[in-house]
Amino acid sequence: MTKIATRDAYGKALVEVGAKNPNVIVLDADLSKSTKTVDFAKVYPERFLDMGIAEANMIGTAAGLATTGKIPFASTFALFGTLRVGDQIRNSVCYPNLNVKIAVTHSGLTLGEDGASHQAVEDIALMRAIPNMTVIVPADAEETRQVIHAAVDYDGPMYIRLGRPAVPVVFDENYKFEIGKGAVVKEGSDVAIIAMGVMLSPAMEAADELAKEGISARVINMSSIKPIDEEIIIKAAKETKGIVTAEEHNILGGLGSAVAEVVSEHAPTVVKRVGVEDTFGESGKPDELLVKYGLTKEHIIQKAKQIL
Amino acid sequence: MAFDQQTLAYLQEKANVMRQDIVKMVAEASSGHPGGSLSAADIVAVLYFNEMNIDANNAKDPNRDRFILSKGHASPVLYAALAEKGFFPREELMTFRKIDSRLQGHPSKKSLPGVEMSTGSLGQGLSAANGIAMAGKMDKLDYRVYAVIGDGEIQEGMIWEAAMAAGHYKLDNLTAFLDYNGLQIDGPVDDVLNPAPVDDKFRAFGWHVIIIDGHDMNQIDDAIQEAKQTKDKPTMIIAKTVKGKGVSYMENQVGWHGTAPNADQLKQALEELTGGKQND
Repeated sequence: MTKIATRDAYGKALVEVGAKNPNVIVLDADLSKSTKTVDFAKVYPERFLDMGIAEANMIGTAAGLATTGKIPFASTFALFGTLRVGDQIRNSVCYPNLNVKIAVTHSGLTLGEDGASHQAVEDIALMRAIPNMTVIVPADAEETRQVIHAAVDYDGPMYIRLGRPAVPVVFDENYKFEIGKGAVVKEGSDVAIIAMGVMLSPAMEAADELAKEGISARVINMSSIKPIDEEIIIKAAKETKGIVTAEEHNILGGLGSAVAEVVSEHAPTVVKRVGVEDTFGESGKPDELLVKYGLTKEHIIQKAKQIL
Repeated sequence: MAFDQQTLAYLQEKANVMRQDIVKMVAEASSGHPGGSLSAADIVAVLYFNEMNIDANNAKDPNRDRFILSKGHASPVLYAALAEKGFFPREELMTFRKIDSRLQGHPSKKSLPGVEMSTGSLGQGLSAANGIAMAGKMDKLDYRVYAVIGDGEIQEGMIWEAAMAAGHYKLDNLTAFLDYNGLQIDGPVDDVLNPAPVDDKFRAFGWHVIIIDGHDMNQIDDAIQEAKQTKDKPTMIIAKTVKGKGVSYMENQVGWHGTAPNADQLKQALEELTGGKQND
């Protein structure tokens, strides 16, 4: 199976949208080689702004650019693009509802060896609590490409969470990303697994394993965290015995919380959350970290069986 | 070059009306920040009524000059100018800080025409001004960007990120005023966290620096014109001002940073500002 990092897909997608729309401007905070905005910088140097290691000013500058009709993409690592600049995003971007895209890479534990200081596992909780913000977590390279195109077409603040490691390519051109929509990637009727980002592939593998034991698991890719696809969640709640969520994020405030909010209001059912259990990460290889912190297909299978 | 007598009288009258509006708004709301609004009134008057290319009837003109009030708590001075410029009816000034009003405690871009950026969380407006200035250079438009920042506000680290970027990117279409009134909520700026020497700091960050009396219309205008002639550098106009300027009992009194005058105090303030010739 082909594996591509969503950050690599991001760099390429930026070049595509840069060609399509002259208003696309890219800002980075001295991490362009890592976030892959360097791909855009090479082709459109006049529309690339390196803001140095000064993230607060980067967000404020992006807001100013947006007031003039530019479509700024501000990129850095997830931690520095969210928690470090929470007030700037809230007051300079979301409150005036400006057309700023905050596209971050190196999210979650799979940033790896740099350790807990750089591993954002709280970013989605913060971003989805800010009014006017749209929150998107693409699962693979193709979805990333489509999300970046959709971001340019959408007028408003958007947070796009990307990753460092290569992840399996799940979707092809026939897939259609839509803001506010989840996608059933595997049908099933006993249990539903709702996954986000790098956890989509383990979720699909978990469903295959469960099938061998005669358990029918539905797998849903939930890339649109806000607005979230209530319909697909309610349907899953009603048509299965319960839901397992899988996210590379704290189980507090992320995908699991968002899904639980929907079912508790509309279709109460059991929701079991696979994710980082309210702790900081540490240095290590991405795969080692996913195992140590309980973010594998085995953990998903275990939670699914608890429901049944 | 000094203003002719007629222009000077016109601008002084505008600033005076704005000062009356400021104290009326804050008194009516029983809430707000008169001290730092009054200290910036002459600067804002010269910008809005002499310098800036802005038109309420063409408020989205891509080549309009931009004004960002980074010290957003001085919103009354901005609202007074915008009302006088025709961005909204003057009577709406009396809705300041009240429920359902477009005149929020701190300026909101989404709610009120003429507000170029939502501000209030200190330190953020200068970065937005940078972004607008950068866009102007990219699009080869000749509009200019003006920002007013506070002397307490420059304690925010983000101001220095923005200052470094404006110098680095040679934003000579950006002019900022530092409303150096010397007081912040907890006391004299020099005692709370002394930012001095401010001129050397901005020079070191690549700015052209001009120091003026922020209540002298001619000095304000001369500095603006000098900034327009300055190439490859943003300009910081350090305006020495008096907090509460124009209302005797508010002048240089830290207590009037965020306190509203009562009815008697309002009456006295308006008498002083109108020279006893108040007729409404």
